[in-house]
Amino acid sequence: MPSNVRWKLITILSVFVVFFAVGVYPILAARYRLPAPGWLMEKRLKLGLDLKGGVHLVLRVQTDDALKGETQTEMDRLRDELQNRKIPFTNITLVGPTQFRVEGVPTDQDAAFRQAAQEIQTTFDRGSGVNGSYTFTMKPNIANNLREEAVVQARQTIERRVNELGVAEPSIAQQGTNGDQILVQLPGVSDVERAKSIIQSTGRLELKIVEQGPSPTRESLLVNGQVPQGMEIVPGSSGTPGDNSTVYYLLRSAAAVTGRDLRTARPTLDENNQPAVSFSLNSDGARRFGKITGENVGRQLAIVLDGRVQSAPRLEERITSDGRIHGNFTQQEAQDLSLILRSGSLSAGLTYLQEQTIGPTLGADSIRSGIVASIIGLVLIVLFMLVYYKLSGVNAVVALIFNLVILLGLMAYIGAVMTLPGIAGFVLTMGIGVDSNVLIFERIKEELEAQRGVRASINAGFGRVFWTLFDTHIAALISVAFLFQFGTGPIRGFAVTLFFGLMSNLFTSIFVSKALFETVLANRERQVATLSI
Amino acid sequence: MHIFKNTNFDFLRWRVHALILSWAVILVGAGVFVKKGIQLGIEFAGGTAVIVEFARPVTIQEVRSAIDKGFPGGGSEAVINSFGDPSQHRVMIRVPTVGAESGTALTSTAAQVESALRQANLGNFHRAGTEIVGPAVGQELRSKALLATVLSLVGILAYLAFRFQFSFGVGAVVATIHDLLITLAFLTFFRYDMTLNVIAAILTITGFSTNDTIVIFDRIRENLRSMRRDSMMHVINVSINQTLGRTVITSGTALLTALALFFFGGEVLHGFAFTMIVGIVTGTYSSVFIAAAIVSFWRGTAPTRAASHAPAASAPPATQQPQRKTKPQKKARAS
Repeated sequence: MPSNVRWKLITILSVFVVFFAVGVYPILAARYRLPAPGWLMEKRLKLGLDLKGGVHLVLRVQTDDALKGETQTEMDRLRDELQNRKIPFTNITLVGPTQFRVEGVPTDQDAAFRQAAQEIQTTFDRGSGVNGSYTFTMKPNIANNLREEAVVQARQTIERRVNELGVAEPSIAQQGTNGDQILVQLPGVSDVERAKSIIQSTGRLELKIVEQGPSPTRESLLVNGQVPQGMEIVPGSSGTPGDNSTVYYLLRSAAAVTGRDLRTARPTLDENNQPAVSFSLNSDGARRFGKITGENVGRQLAIVLDGRVQSAPRLEERITSDGRIHGNFTQQEAQDLSLILRSGSLSAGLTYLQEQTIGPTLGADSIRSGIVASIIGLVLIVLFMLVYYKLSGVNAVVALIFNLVILLGLMAYIGAVMTLPGIAGFVLTMGIGVDSNVLIFERIKEELEAQRGVRASINAGFGRVFWTLFDTHIAALISVAFLFQFGTGPIRGFAVTLFFGLMSNLFTSIFVSKALFETVLANRERQVATLSI
Repeated sequence: MHIFKNTNFDFLRWRVHALILSWAVILVGAGVFVKKGIQLGIEFAGGTAVIVEFARPVTIQEVRSAIDKGFPGGGSEAVINSFGDPSQHRVMIRVPTVGAESGTALTSTAAQVESALRQANLGNFHRAGTEIVGPAVGQELRSKALLATVLSLVGILAYLAFRFQFSFGVGAVVATIHDLLITLAFLTFFRYDMTLNVIAAILTITGFSTNDTIVIFDRIRENLRSMRRDSMMHVINVSINQTLGRTVITSGTALLTALALFFFGGEVLHGFAFTMIVGIVTGTYSSVFIAAAIVSFWRGTAPTRAASHAPAASAPPATQQPQRKTKPQKKARAS
């Protein structure tokens, strides 16, 4: 055997062994309990959610919430500033998520007002003060940054929550044309509703001093028909077990401490053996909390979670670092709430756009029918190639098996995910992959008929068909690229499978198949007269 | 073994008939589309689909009357199908509505469906799968699918125009558009839902239906160099005949696997496999009767060199042309 043929065979065999080890052996090992090293099993081809079963969620981050929060903070700061400088105004209101308006500033105070608003203008544009009213609009680049931050922060918070839920191999990613969508995939989760409510819960904890309440109606807390400046009215439950009616509290808007000041939170039991959540504050939060509770001993402290008063215990003494939240929790609820508080709050709300749940039986059925279709497809192709091309058909079949092994190995190696459409891509790769061999063999036949001799015909066949194969593969890759761009999840799996199938097909149909012909010819006498094709 | 040996069909004689036939199928498809529309899959239309697995066999009628009774409003528009293997008693119920898009309320429609089934006493059952798609997602996906198809066509046109002459590129792309339209027509005839998987199959067809076309075009280009005295029509006919065997075999193997998927691949891949089957068949037909015909319409009136309209039989196969050897090797490439 000439040495160049020997080297080709060695190359091909080692490629085969490597891809077989990565792509096929771990699957067999898992199925038939064969020994395999752990690092290899970790590389095993992963199954998509549609085959494994699980939950697929798409959420949208309400980025307006984050902007509104920021605008509110800046507005409150300006109000304080104006009050400190004793600049009169009649009204200051939020107009939109990025806008607020100050009205009724006397014209002779115009210069003083502008000075007071100096600091806020690093992030807000001030409108001209016609008739003493000024509109402040958040600068567009600041607003965009805040939006992006809100999405990233939401993604990180969801990641922490999902990790605390203990889901294996979750996948969390940003997507969507505006980049404000988050895709969450949780394999094997059965309690969908619980997972959803944990992910989505804003988890905004605020502790605020109660000015008045509880009161059964909102109206009774108004002063002169209005909410007093710097105060807010918040609904809540009465706190008595069994009583589900809503009561209202008049609270100071400024929170004593918020969820950001939390060091940790965990489920516990209160003195009546009811589930509750205990929390401790970090040092900065503890200092502020100690000061405010010290000043307000004897008053009520409202524990507000996501805009609802959970409970409003009376402050018996100055509290520094530790507290407890009561609120008719079940044990599960107490557990979930402490998880949410630990993982941090969301500055923007989340809404669900899409939800898909695949039960484990459905996934198993898909795998089964996928395998059956693959085997039947393979058998049909093999039979056809052997009958039509006789011994050369063996060559094509070997090349096809190589192609499939390399495809699986590549997918496992780069960590691609096998989905149900991916299996379809795998099956189609068989049918489309042998096309390259068909084109080459047909050309060889044609050359043989032109009395070229076997060796020359094989060389001409491979040589002439190469560029045709190149063109057909490029045209197919163009559409596969757009398919990948367009699709998510399962469809991407399909595009990835086709992509690698096409790439490995170019290698096997040209390099592997030709080397096999060369090996056979090398073992025969110099003048080969016939070829079984 | 040969499927076709030295065939000598005058394919281009049928090019006008083929055009009429294709247009007829496409127009009828368009007619059905206008009259009945095409059912969009849940990913595009939005809505709620619940796959329920019953403990005992239930009929579609039983489920429908349960939904009509227990889920007023949404029930009348529900699409109810059996799903997968009949022995598993699975039924898919699809309702065009979703719960409010805020909060966890998205699932409220699915819960309504479930409670309607429970009221009707159809025995034990559990939800094997749920899919809920809000309207915003479908909207975004529809425009993305269309854009991906158009861009992929433009990409292929650009590539083929770069690799071949422009008329060849146009022929290939028109043939591909033809395949898409025929496939859409068949999807409407057989009332398949336009799902994400079907779109994936359609995009795949745009890439693969050019394969046969490229093979024929390569041969036409090769023959144009050796058959300078013949008319374009003749060269094209000879080229199609020479490549006929491989055109049929390559499509045949792809078709075999698509058929395996159709019959054994399970419920979810049904629409996908159907689309592939139609796409493969029409792709083969169109590379002969549309792509090559367009090149012949474009270039056909003028002879390649001298207008000696030699009968096809006298044309020797391209591989036996002596002139070939004088050509620089790097240009001689075709299958």
